[in-house]
Amino acid sequence: MSDITKLSLNELIQNIRNKKLSSTEITNSFIERSEKSKKLNTYVTDNFSSALEAAKIFDEKPNMDLKLPGIPIAVKDLFCTNGVRTTAGSNILNNFIPPYESTVTQSMWDEGAILLGKLNCDEFAMGSSNETSFFGNVQNPIGENLVPGGSSGGSSAALAASLTPVTIGTDTGGSIRQPASFTGTVGLKPTYGSCSRYGIVAFASSLDQAGPMSQNVKDAALLLEVISKFDNKDSTSIDFKRNKYSSELTNNIKGLKIGIPNEYRVEGMPKEIEDLWKKGIEIIKDCGAEIVDISLPTTKYALPTYYIVAPAEASSNLARYDGVKYGFRSEGENLIDMYEKTRSEGFGEEVKRRILIGTYVLSSGYYDAYYLKAQKVRQLIKNDFDNVYNNVDAILTPSTPSSAFKIGEKTDDPVSMYLNDIFTVPVNLAGLPGISIPAGVDDKGFPLGLQIIGKPFDEQTILNIAYSMEEKINFKNNITDWWM
Amino acid sequence: MTIDLKTVKHISKLARISTDEKKANKLANDLNSIFKFIEALNELDTEKVEPLTSVADTKLRLREDKFEANNIRDKILKNSPDENKDYFVVPKVVE
Repeated sequence: MSDITKLSLNELIQNIRNKKLSSTEITNSFIERSEKSKKLNTYVTDNFSSALEAAKIFDEKPNMDLKLPGIPIAVKDLFCTNGVRTTAGSNILNNFIPPYESTVTQSMWDEGAILLGKLNCDEFAMGSSNETSFFGNVQNPIGENLVPGGSSGGSSAALAASLTPVTIGTDTGGSIRQPASFTGTVGLKPTYGSCSRYGIVAFASSLDQAGPMSQNVKDAALLLEVISKFDNKDSTSIDFKRNKYSSELTNNIKGLKIGIPNEYRVEGMPKEIEDLWKKGIEIIKDCGAEIVDISLPTTKYALPTYYIVAPAEASSNLARYDGVKYGFRSEGENLIDMYEKTRSEGFGEEVKRRILIGTYVLSSGYYDAYYLKAQKVRQLIKNDFDNVYNNVDAILTPSTPSSAFKIGEKTDDPVSMYLNDIFTVPVNLAGLPGISIPAGVDDKGFPLGLQIIGKPFDEQTILNIAYSMEEKINFKNNITDWWM
Repeated sequence: MTIDLKTVKHISKLARISTDEKKANKLANDLNSIFKFIEALNELDTEKVEPLTSVADTKLRLREDKFEANNIRDKILKNSPDENKDYFVVPKVVE
């Protein structure tokens, strides 16, 4: 088989089960292609030699009943991996080797998957272009000097470039869906509480969720099935009855009601995004579902709310990086001096900016005006969704307000960078599931995504809608291997 | 409202991040543009709204106070930036 790396996850599994391919052959193919793709800068740490050993062990005694039998997978470098360096894209964790494994990655290894390596991301997942990583920019395989989106930018780039068959990212304000949209891939953020946060380097604990990124919807459903489970080690993990997402996947969405929120028609939205959205609406009608106009009046307050809540939680979560127990340390004259130098040199500019915003909004005298206010608006945003879900089953919106932009284009203006997440952030604030699927290209030929937002714990419905639309859109990513 | 240099220095101190004059000036600019964007929230009347602290509608669970971690003391200490193998070491705190 000449093009193993171009196969989907489900195709690879089929080939392994039919004994047409071995885990070693597959693992070797992805390693070889990854070695030739260093220019993309997707890997922070590779695990290639251990992966080959694990593949050999799998092939000697293959267990075909597992859901991911002998499948090599690279993951975002925000998941703690036992004995394998985990940096969160930061200098301050440059040398950190976790003595434990995140629950989500453990679930994948328990089902037979093999760790291929750790993928680049924005520092502590704070960014929308992968440009805040201590380990440098990631190139989008779609075109030279284009950002792959962020914060799961190494993941989206590695996936689109066929360096891993699927991957997992984390999404706090859009960090799975936006990079998926920028690279012509599928990305799903599950309902808050579905996938354990145990062992994921924390950014904003009330918003963070791990989720699958894949070439197609069927692969996303299978990977979600593996990683979505109740976990005692995460105090916000929710014990609900999960669907068998992959076997229950259907393209029958007749009679479903899909909401189109008027407020997502934001000022200055490019015509091609508007056209793409219209195309999506037509496809949904074609599938036999009903389109319903809805209103989410507090939409425009979601981003300002997010930029209080997320930095506040981050400033608290990142207080642990003090140069004492692990990570980078800069020597100082005394303890306080050591803390201040360590944090000043260990964190990058965007992370420091957000820590300071968070410190400010939580500081005495400003707490009520900012943090409490934001929590109240967050309630209003959630109420908006609760209200419309009395009448519709899901919501269709664009994933992002633009296609991938040039490296360096938005780094000087934090607010313009933040606007990337305008369509994805409300979903995190309300704790809902959302999926981005590739739906077309703009006039430059760069991919654009559509987002389907679901009711809490109803990943199955948005997967079914995405699956039905995917079939009719028939999107093909145009990857020319320009970096080789 | 505007965030002045003095405020930037104060919050930097609270966050234990040392900041020189040049960086503090740049930060003051950045923070002001971000807070200008955040001010939009003041348009909303939220007097009667309850703050949302978590979307997960669950109570915190209690568990048995039981030891679960394996013996990973050495692995933990190995991550320490100081080379001492038995303790975490910090600069002298008490004179």
